[in-house]
Amino acid sequence: MAAIVGQAILVVALLLALYAVVAALLAAYRHQPRWAVSARNALRLIFPLLTVAAGIVVWALVTYHYELAYVHEVSERSMPTYLRATALWGGQAGSLLFWSWLMSIFAAVLTFRDWSRDREMLPWVVLVTAGTLAFFLFLNTVLESPFRRFWLLPNGDIEAYVLPPAGAQLFIPKDGRGLNPLLRHPGMVAHPPFLYLGFVGFVIPYAFAMAALIVGRLDARWIRLTRRWAVVSWLFLYLGLILGSRWAYDVLGWGGYWGWDPVEISAFMPWLTGTAFLHSVMIQERRNMLKHWNILLIILTYDLVIFGTFLTRSGVLSSVHSFAQSAIGPAFFIFITATFLGSMVLLAWRWNDLRGQEQIASAWSREALFLYTNLVFLSMVAVNFWGVVYPIVSELATGQKATVGPPYYERVMGPLSALMLFLMGVATVAPWGKVDTRRLARLVLKPALVGLVLPAWAWWQGYRKPGALLGFALIGFVMAVILYDIARGVWARRQAHGDPWWRALARLLTRNRRRYGGYIVHLSIAIMGIGIIGIEYFQLETQRTLAAGDAISLGGYTMVYDSVAIFNTNDGRQVARATVRVLDDQGQVVATLHPRQDYYIREQQPMTIPGVLSTWGAEFYVLLVSWKPITVEGATFKVFYNPLVKWLWAAPWIAIAGTLLAAWPEGRRRRVRARAGAKTEAPAPASA
Amino acid sequence: MENRKYLIGGALILVAVVYLVITSTRANAQYFLTVDELLARQAEMTGRKVRISGAVVGETIQYDADNLELRFVIAHVPGDLDEVEAAGGLAKVLADAVNDPTRSRLEVVYYGPKPDLLRNEAQAILTGTLGEDGVFYADELLLKCPTRYEAAEPQAGQ
Repeated sequence: MAAIVGQAILVVALLLALYAVVAALLAAYRHQPRWAVSARNALRLIFPLLTVAAGIVVWALVTYHYELAYVHEVSERSMPTYLRATALWGGQAGSLLFWSWLMSIFAAVLTFRDWSRDREMLPWVVLVTAGTLAFFLFLNTVLESPFRRFWLLPNGDIEAYVLPPAGAQLFIPKDGRGLNPLLRHPGMVAHPPFLYLGFVGFVIPYAFAMAALIVGRLDARWIRLTRRWAVVSWLFLYLGLILGSRWAYDVLGWGGYWGWDPVEISAFMPWLTGTAFLHSVMIQERRNMLKHWNILLIILTYDLVIFGTFLTRSGVLSSVHSFAQSAIGPAFFIFITATFLGSMVLLAWRWNDLRGQEQIASAWSREALFLYTNLVFLSMVAVNFWGVVYPIVSELATGQKATVGPPYYERVMGPLSALMLFLMGVATVAPWGKVDTRRLARLVLKPALVGLVLPAWAWWQGYRKPGALLGFALIGFVMAVILYDIARGVWARRQAHGDPWWRALARLLTRNRRRYGGYIVHLSIAIMGIGIIGIEYFQLETQRTLAAGDAISLGGYTMVYDSVAIFNTNDGRQVARATVRVLDDQGQVVATLHPRQDYYIREQQPMTIPGVLSTWGAEFYVLLVSWKPITVEGATFKVFYNPLVKWLWAAPWIAIAGTLLAAWPEGRRRRVRARAGAKTEAPAPASA
Repeated sequence: MENRKYLIGGALILVAVVYLVITSTRANAQYFLTVDELLARQAEMTGRKVRISGAVVGETIQYDADNLELRFVIAHVPGDLDEVEAAGGLAKVLADAVNDPTRSRLEVVYYGPKPDLLRNEAQAILTGTLGEDGVFYADELLLKCPTRYEAAEPQAGQ
C-alpha cells in the first residue's frame, strides 16, 4: 500500500513540475503574473511531496520491507538502523530520489524569497528549476522507481513491478541482500549527501543565469543574487570530494586517497568550473568584464553536474564505482545535450549585448590574471574530460580501446596546479587596471623570498625532489602573500585604534568578509597542497610476513607484531584484529595499532581496515593482509609511510571556516556601509 | 592594441596545455584489450604495458602470503558493452566465461595484498605486461563484482 502511495506521490510531483514549466512559459509569454504565482506554488509543493516519498522509502528500509526491490537490494536485517536509513542513497533508484528531494528543498527556499525586484526573472528561474526536477522525477517514476515490489507470477517467476501484474501474488523475501560492505562506513554515509548538495546547489545560479540571458538583464544582478548559493554549493562539493577521498583512504586499503577514477573525476570537474565561476564573477561585479565567461562557466558547471550524476549511475566507463547498466544512460545523454546546446544558443544570441566597454589594460592586471585563472581551470577540465572520454574516442578513431591512467593525469595536472598556485599568489597582490610591472615585481618578490622558508624546511627534512621543492616554493609564496596581507592589516588597525592584536584581527576579518574568507580558503588549499606533495612524492611502502615479535622498519618507525585475535560479531562479520606496537627512532613505543580484516560472512566479502598512527610529520599506515588461521603465529602486513598527509585532512576545516566567513550574511547596516565604502576603498593593497 | 598582450599570454597557456596533453597521452595511453585480443596479438603486445579485462576463475586463486604472490586465471569476456548486454548482462557473461572451458584463458601473477573483491566470477581489470612465458604480470588490479550492485531478483523459496 505504502509503495503505491509513494509511487503516486512521485507521479504527482512529476506532473506538478511539468505544470510549473508550462505555467512559467504562459506567465512569460502572456505577461500574466498570476501564472507565475501558480508556477511558483507548484514548485513549492514538490518539496513536501518528495519528503513524504523519501520518508516512505526510509520507513520501508528501517522496518524491513523486503518486498520492495530497492529495500531488498541495499539493506538487510543485520545492518544497524542508521545504515539502513541512509541506504536511501545506497543504490540507484534511491539516490535519484534523494537528488530530487534535495533539489526540491532548494527550489522551495527559492520560492520564498522576495521577488519584487526581480519579477521578470521569476518565471524563467522556476522553469529551469522545475525542468531539472522534472527530468529527475521522470527517471524516478518511469525508469528507476524505488517503489517496485516483487511479484510471484503464475509461471513461477519472480519479477519486480510497481503495479501487480495479472494473477500475481506479492512475494516477500525474508531478508535483503544487504549494502555492499565497503559502503558501510560513516564516510560513505556522509559522502553522497555532501556531493549531491554541492551538485544541486549549482542549479540555482544556472537558473538565474539563464533567466538573465532570456530577459536581457545582463548586469551583475543575477550574480549578486546567487553568490551565496554558489559559495555554499562549492563548499559542499569540496567537502563531498574530501569525504570520498577519506573513505578511500580508510576503507579501500591501498594507502592512497585519489585514484583518478572516472567517477572521482566526474565530481571533480564541476568543482573546477564552479571554482573558476566563483572567481570570475568578481571581475564582473567590480569591472563589468568577463561576462561571457561567467555565463559559459555556469553552463559548464550545470551540465558537468548532470554529467557527474550520469557517470556514477550509468556504467559507460569502467571504474570501481560503476554500477549496473541501465536505461537511464540515453535519457541523461539527451538531457545533457539538449540543455547544453540550448544554453549555448542563448549565450550566442546575447553575445553582443554581453560585450562590455571595459578593456583589459595590462597583461599583469588583476583582471588579466583572473582571465588566466579561468583559462587554467578550463584547461584542467579539458584535460580531465579528455582522460575520461579517451577510451571512447580511441575506440571510435582506431577501433582499439585505449585508456590513460594516473600517470597521465599527474603529468598534466602537476604543471597546471603549479601555474595555478603562481596565479593565486600574484593575483592577490596585483592591482586593477594599469600596472606598473616593476612595482608588481617588487610586491611579488618579497613574499616569494619569504615563502622560500617552506622549501628550505622541506630540504632540511629530507624532502628533496625538484618537483616537490618547486611546489613547496609556490605554496610558501601563496601563504606568505596572504599572511603578510593579514599581518599588515592587523598592524594598521593596531596603529589606528590601539586594539590588542586579537581584536584587530577579528575586526579585520569580519570587516571585509569576502576578501578574507577567500584568503582563508586559499590558505587551506595551500596547506592541502603540502599534504598532496608529501604523499605523491614521498610515500614509502613495504610488505612482509612476520612471526610474533618480529618487526618491520619504515620511515623512521619500527612496527612490532604482537598477536592476532579472531572473533565473530553479531552483525555478521568475522573479524581478524591484529595488535602491533609502533616504536619511534628512539625505541619508545608511540602507539598500539589494530589493523584488521572484517569478513562479511553472508556477502563473502572481506574488508581491510588500516591501523593508522597519525602525526603532522607523517602517517604510519598498517594493513593486515593475511594471517595463519590455525596457529595464529604469523601474519602478513603491508605498511605505508605517508609523509605530511595529515595536512591534507586538516585543510578542509580551514576551508569551512573561510567559506562560512565569506558567505555569512552581513547585517543591513553593515551592508549599507560596505556599499558606501566600496566606492572609495582602494581595491588593491596600498603601497607598503 | 593592448588586448594583444593578454591574448598572447592566454595563447601560450593553451599551447602549453595542448602540448602536455598530447605528449602525456602518447606516453601513457594503454591498449585496453580482451583476453582473446591479447593472445591474438601476443607477439606484438609482449613486454608492452596494456590493460586487460577478464572473469576471475575462482578455483585457480592461489595466494602465497609469505611472499605476497597472488596467482589466478582469468577467462575471456567480450569487451563490447552491447555484446555484454545482448548476452544477458555482465553478471551472466562473467559466470558463462568461467564455466565455459573452451574460452581462452590467461594466467595472472600479482605481487601485493590479496584484494578484498577477488573471488570467483569477479570482473578483473588488470594493468601490466605479458611476459615471454605467456603469464600476465599485473602491476595494478581493479575488481568489480557486478552481482553486488545489480538488482538480481530473489529466487522463490529464498
